[in-house]
Amino acid sequence: MAEPMGFFTDVSVCIGCKACEVACKQWNQLPADNGGVVELTGNSYDNTGTLDGTTWRHVRFVEDFDDRSQGRWLMFSDVCKHCVHAGCLEVCPTGAIFRTEFDTVVIQSDICNGCRACIPACPFDVIDINPVNNTAMKCTLCYDRLQAGMVPACAQACPTESIKFGPVRELQEEADVRLMELQRAGVSDASLYGRDEEMLGGLNAFFLIVGPPEWYGLPKNPQLPSSRSLNGEGILGALTAAVTVVLGAISFRKLGPMRRRAEAEQNGTLDDQPSRDGVAS
Amino acid sequence: MGRGAATTFAEDLSRSDCIVIQGSNMAENHPVAFRWVIEARKRGATVISVDPRFTRTSAMANIYAPIRPGSDIAFLGGLINYVIENDLYFRDYVVNYTNAATIINEDFEDTEDLDGVFSGLLEFEGEPINGFEYTYDKETWQYEGFPVNRGGRQADADVEQNDDESDAIGGEYFEQAPGGPPYDDLVEYVRPDGLPELDESLEDERCVFQIIRRHFSRYTPEMVERITGCPRDKFLEVAEALTDNSNPSRTSAFCYAVAWTQHTKGVQMIGCAALLQLLLGNIGRPGGGIVALRGHATIQGSTDVPTLYHSIHGYMDHPSALEPHETLENYLVNEIQPTGYWANMPKFLVSYMKSMYGEHATEENGWGWDWHPKITGDFSHMASMVRMARGEIEGFFCMGQNPATSLNGKFERAAMRNLKWLVVKDIFETESAAFWYAAPEVQNGEISPEDIDTEVFFIPSAAVGEMGGSFTNTQRWVQWHEKSADPPGDCRSDEWFTHQLALRLKALYEDSDNPHDEGFNNLLWDFDYDEGEYPEDTRIEGEPDTEKILKEINGYWTDDPDTHLTGFAELEDDGSTTCASWIYCGVFPNPDENKTRNREPDPEGEIGSHQGWAFSWPDNRRILYNRASADPDGNPWSEEKRWVWWDEDAGEWTGYDVPDFDVTKPPDAEADPEGIGLDAHSGSDPFIMMADGKGWLYTPNGMVDGPIPTHYESAEAPIRNPLYSQDKNPITKYWRTDGNELIQHGDRDYPFVVTTYRLTEHHLSGVMTRWLPWLAELQPEMFVEMSEELANTLGIRNTGWCRVSTPRGSIRVKALVTRRLQPLIIDGNIVHCVGMPFHWGYMGVVTGEAANDLTALVGDPNVAIHEAKAFMCNIEPDD
Repeated sequence: MAEPMGFFTDVSVCIGCKACEVACKQWNQLPADNGGVVELTGNSYDNTGTLDGTTWRHVRFVEDFDDRSQGRWLMFSDVCKHCVHAGCLEVCPTGAIFRTEFDTVVIQSDICNGCRACIPACPFDVIDINPVNNTAMKCTLCYDRLQAGMVPACAQACPTESIKFGPVRELQEEADVRLMELQRAGVSDASLYGRDEEMLGGLNAFFLIVGPPEWYGLPKNPQLPSSRSLNGEGILGALTAAVTVVLGAISFRKLGPMRRRAEAEQNGTLDDQPSRDGVAS
Repeated sequence: MGRGAATTFAEDLSRSDCIVIQGSNMAENHPVAFRWVIEARKRGATVISVDPRFTRTSAMANIYAPIRPGSDIAFLGGLINYVIENDLYFRDYVVNYTNAATIINEDFEDTEDLDGVFSGLLEFEGEPINGFEYTYDKETWQYEGFPVNRGGRQADADVEQNDDESDAIGGEYFEQAPGGPPYDDLVEYVRPDGLPELDESLEDERCVFQIIRRHFSRYTPEMVERITGCPRDKFLEVAEALTDNSNPSRTSAFCYAVAWTQHTKGVQMIGCAALLQLLLGNIGRPGGGIVALRGHATIQGSTDVPTLYHSIHGYMDHPSALEPHETLENYLVNEIQPTGYWANMPKFLVSYMKSMYGEHATEENGWGWDWHPKITGDFSHMASMVRMARGEIEGFFCMGQNPATSLNGKFERAAMRNLKWLVVKDIFETESAAFWYAAPEVQNGEISPEDIDTEVFFIPSAAVGEMGGSFTNTQRWVQWHEKSADPPGDCRSDEWFTHQLALRLKALYEDSDNPHDEGFNNLLWDFDYDEGEYPEDTRIEGEPDTEKILKEINGYWTDDPDTHLTGFAELEDDGSTTCASWIYCGVFPNPDENKTRNREPDPEGEIGSHQGWAFSWPDNRRILYNRASADPDGNPWSEEKRWVWWDEDAGEWTGYDVPDFDVTKPPDAEADPEGIGLDAHSGSDPFIMMADGKGWLYTPNGMVDGPIPTHYESAEAPIRNPLYSQDKNPITKYWRTDGNELIQHGDRDYPFVVTTYRLTEHHLSGVMTRWLPWLAELQPEMFVEMSEELANTLGIRNTGWCRVSTPRGSIRVKALVTRRLQPLIIDGNIVHCVGMPFHWGYMGVVTGEAANDLTALVGDPNVAIHEAKAFMCNIEPDD
């Protein structure tokens, strides 16, 4: 296997320009929602809402202005974490999801049967069905570009190098330096998310965040489906898989994130994830 | 400072120790250049964002200072006062490189003496179409005994009545002027005697430094807070960061964009930043400067080789029927600045005339001077739309703009209904192309399409990637780009359209013997490809050879067109050189070397100015006035800020950049009191374009509205001016006409301050973005941003509908409620400021009502830009 490759995404220099979102959609030919005609969410400058089958990069905006004199506007370009221990890969019944020679996790649309098992298996709520082909889709870390020796589209487009692409080991070193710089500059609540092995064996796409993970919809302690089984959720886990296989035939994309989250909570797949309402607004 | 461009390049910002971003939302609107600000911050620089809204730029700043829209001069003036009163100015730089020591005419009276106006205020007696009520006679603003002439004055503001030279001196002065070529005697004839009178102790009451000190003495931190709403502590934090980082070993930069230009005092805002940066010694040095961030691709190019009505190529004033410009000699006598580099203007002008009329331009016919159009007043966008509204304009080519939603939309759409014909060339059917059937007033039945006689032609345009040619970016770099594909169908490039239109018009007028058409018939238009050279990889026929256009701009020897000019030092005033825009001379030094194609960056980690990447006007100089990066003796001010310096052994200036100076002139060279051109400057006068070689803290000429920036309230404001009884800029451009009413200061029916702006996700009126689903979905709907406090007061909820109104128009938009906006305490009262992006209109994939239906035709007197960054409105819930 080639060296593990990944992303280091740094909130502290993200300007929320969304070039990553657009570059991703353009390279991967993903459609705009409803031809681009959507409603203003009123949630800061985020009109995308969430990662899903047609949005593989998503910039979240966090307004931390309870005390205006210390006001902060934080922008976070979310993406598939390409976990070393990947829940989606673990549950995929068809083998559509595989680990590449770059240690990234890719779903093969031509094999995926749309069973949806991977959707609740992802502790980060990354995957969803692409309504165009009714298969589960997510960031491939531009597997096609990597094979051609190119940088992923989002990292290429990022004007401030907030999204860095490279060998994970090098990115980790860069991240450590950056964190130290920020701490020295007095940003006491900066931290690295997913840099270390403790989190699912390490996230190949990891982050520098400012403030608590729940501001960014990130679980404090993400779990694999298998580890949840060990905690006595085996039967429920199996049931979940069965239910999702049945539902796989129906696209329920329109149910929206709230309903999906409720469902996930019911299925016990969100047990460690704090509410997104923790995001300051 | 004598040149219409950013003083440095974006990457140079990474060398700054402090960057103040004011009048710009750089992260959102110039995200690529902003990478260098991020770079600087990573290296420990302090980034400061001064803005009415907490923007994505503020998010990246170390310090955010909120201010009320339109109060920037009060803020900058406060910084100037802080710098002077605390002795924090860079004294050696100020004494040697600025006009601080220069003595001003004893009759000069300041705004402090006259309660808000300068000496020389007169009622304007010219045509109302120029938009003025008042004007200034600038005689008392002059240097003592050394009148300076040139410097970007606006033709229509200087109508005959106050053109002191012509009035005072009269026709005789012009008649006795020597002719040419050569025009050396003429230049000598207009040269004032001697040199400006100086007091280098800076103590003389009449020296510029003391005048500036007195002028800003009441701009205290308390006054800044009262006018701008910026808390005193925050203001002082900015002042300390800026002054801590401005000295021989540290430099600070300012970045601004159209949030400083779109005001009734926009040029003065920029001038105020220039004044401050000169006091701090931050001009001409690495990591210093003032970066004018241009709003869109090649807008810099469009002022260098201008589409401006009041300027011809290379920033020479447009010949005017209102000025003594009857002959080329008269123009020179009136316009030339005999000391400083502008003394070469005869060479620039004659070479330009040769580029216009080729072999027809001869010494005998004054280089075709009579053929050249002369302007008769204000032909800026605003004045032209007023003319159109009056039915004085029959036809309108609308390319690269969208007036239906760009400024007082309802007024401009009504104006377009008076046209006989309208040509819109764009990539989509814009609001301007569809105004006759899709505009709000047509949709609501107020106007019927049957009643509009305007014949509208829509010409589908090629998009950027489908055109080849050069772009001049915000840092003065001229860069070639290749066409990547043919445009679809009947879409054609702008150059194809203009070229074909010209060829067809030339054919149409070919046989005319009307003297009126002589100039047009003699106009040189030779841009067809040479035989056998037409590109093969295209199905489009009739494109011009864009390198031939670049060649004309660069210049060549008239008798030997295959020998290109290698730089403006080669220009002659006898017709032997042809050159359209002298500042670009050297961009295409020989037929095989188009420098705009150069793509050799400096090696990473090496300090340099990327001489091998594209071409930067003038003469590939990357930091303007870079002689100022060395001390008067020619040594770097510090090791940290080394850039250009004097090499004693080699006897020349050298460094990381092309010296913006006479390369062999030693630092101790004395100014010649009788000298012409640069001979009138000493070896320590870095500002080569200025009459006295100094950076101007005080502008004796060049500004129509005062020699020193002064805080005036905007044309519409929530309060009266706390500093003077003169509320607003007395020299404002405003057209009193139906549909263009202004709100009086303090009018309670319109209590909220509004500013308009752009979002990263969209571009201008949205033509290049709202039609694109990937961008449309990112910002799908028009909104008005407001604070939680204002929303609560008005009973408006986040994403709820509301109605925003001014006397010009009223629009229904959604509210975006956020704590990023905050109420300000202005002059003791709470003032709410709201913001609206101006991207939406009634055509496209996503539509919305246009912010510019609310703006007015009122604007800056120097450059005729409208005031869209600060005006008043009312807001009501409208669910």
